[in-house]
Amino acid sequence: MNALILLTILGVVMMFSGVVLKRNAAIRTLAVTGLLLAIIANVMDTYGIHFFNINIRGMMNFDRFALLFITIILSCTFIFFLLSAKDMEKVGINFADYFALIFFILCGIILTSSFSSLLILFLGIEIISIPLYILTGSDKRNLKSNEASLKYFLLGAFSTGLMLMGITMFYGYTGTFSVENLVIVEGMPSALLIAGIILLMFSMSFKVSAAPFHFWTPDVYDGAPTVFTSFMATIVKAAGFIAFIRLFYLSFDSLGDSWKLLIAIITALTLFIGNITAVFQQSVKRMLAYSSIAQAGFMMMAVLALNGPAMEGILLYIIAYNLSTIGLFAILIKMKDYTFEGFNGFAKRQPALARAAVIFLLSLAGIPLTAGFLGKFYMLKAVVQQGGYLWLVIMAVVMAAVSVYYYFRVIQAMYFKEGEAQSLEVSLFFKWTISIVAFLVILLGVYPQIIFKWYYF
Amino acid sequence: MPVNYYIFLSLALFCIGIVGVLTRRNAIIIFMCIELMLNAVNLMLVAFSKMHHLKNAAINASAGSEGQVFVFFIMVVAAAEVSVGLAIIVMMYRNIHSVDINFLNRLKH
Repeated sequence: MNALILLTILGVVMMFSGVVLKRNAAIRTLAVTGLLLAIIANVMDTYGIHFFNINIRGMMNFDRFALLFITIILSCTFIFFLLSAKDMEKVGINFADYFALIFFILCGIILTSSFSSLLILFLGIEIISIPLYILTGSDKRNLKSNEASLKYFLLGAFSTGLMLMGITMFYGYTGTFSVENLVIVEGMPSALLIAGIILLMFSMSFKVSAAPFHFWTPDVYDGAPTVFTSFMATIVKAAGFIAFIRLFYLSFDSLGDSWKLLIAIITALTLFIGNITAVFQQSVKRMLAYSSIAQAGFMMMAVLALNGPAMEGILLYIIAYNLSTIGLFAILIKMKDYTFEGFNGFAKRQPALARAAVIFLLSLAGIPLTAGFLGKFYMLKAVVQQGGYLWLVIMAVVMAAVSVYYYFRVIQAMYFKEGEAQSLEVSLFFKWTISIVAFLVILLGVYPQIIFKWYYF
Repeated sequence: MPVNYYIFLSLALFCIGIVGVLTRRNAIIIFMCIELMLNAVNLMLVAFSKMHHLKNAAINASAGSEGQVFVFFIMVVAAAEVSVGLAIIVMMYRNIHSVDINFLNRLKH
């Protein structure tokens, strides 16, 4: 609750800071400091110090899992700000407004990660989506950005319609919007409820870009300004998954027979389409878009399993995926040429950045000793424990092997190909931050207990 | 009137909306179809709200009121979405002088 109210105030403050503060550096400092305060407030919330006493009973429930996830997501945004906030200047002149919109998105993320009423889920998803439509189209003169924004808007609004229909059917059956303690009335035809669950599942799959509802993802991620693609592909996607898991964990777990097979099929399709299509991409940005679909396939396994290892694993997976992808995008933003050839000879020109990029790519591919490996391991473990979906586990392992190909193409271009590398303007601060992020990825791969200790203390 | 009539009406409206979104090519018309979907949901929510009220009024006098409150939230969010969506469509119109979504193929390689 602390972080939610603080972030709302911060969003409004950032909106007006563009009028008062003339220098971009001052605006940036204000945003970073504000976010740091929000992280501290949220950690205090975890330890039982509440600044605000508002009765939200039946609407939201800030349990341990939700609070830990909020801390993780705010910290990832903090790292995103440190690495890429400077590059937002290049997008347009409304520098302060981008920060304001990002803070409002974070408010939406807090709502979706702590809802216990479908009303809050709906509001949270919308508060995430509407500022994102604006951020996607923020490069106003660029036709690609316009197109991405319109596509995202039309499909996003469509999936919201589906979600609302699902919520309505749920309400028609149960007579309440609360997702906790779902009571299944015996003897009544539950076709209404099953239809509602399936519509909710489809609309959430849209939001997390799981196949066959992924077709907007590559276009939108490719067209949006790269800084905001980085934000969308990591932090917003993670929030979508937490909402998905929370919804199905809280209320529909007992009805597992009716939806688990469908989720398994969606997962398999997502893994297959994401990985196979990523192999054929020529642009690293578009490859990362497909890679985000492929990683979504792995995260869908947590929705399928919904047991202990799945809940632990999704947190670890989200951290691993977010840190690696934010780091890779932060390097990509600095480049002018987004193709694989653009990375030729990169290691000679920028050895520090190349080293960090290798660690991020290894983590995404799931090589041991990185956080990405443990994330994938926990996902597979969760599905094996669930039982009955061994074919999915085998398929996931095969697809992880396929993913090594396209991640290693970047490493090969950086280290083993001769080429005229582009000159980048990189500050010493950027180099240090990205090295620390890379170190964190390795640290979590060796000592994942750091996260779990927070979860269970 | 039985609640079934309302359910069938709003499902029909919802399906018209979905078909419109999937087949039309004009961004404004697609947008109208999305609004139609949202309003079908509103109608269904109000019908369910009344149904739950009639069923549980004896136990709880305010039973079913949540559904009607939800409708207000949908209206507010739909209004916010309209303002952003029309701005995006206008932005695109300024650049290509058309609102036909067949123009949206620059990102396909």
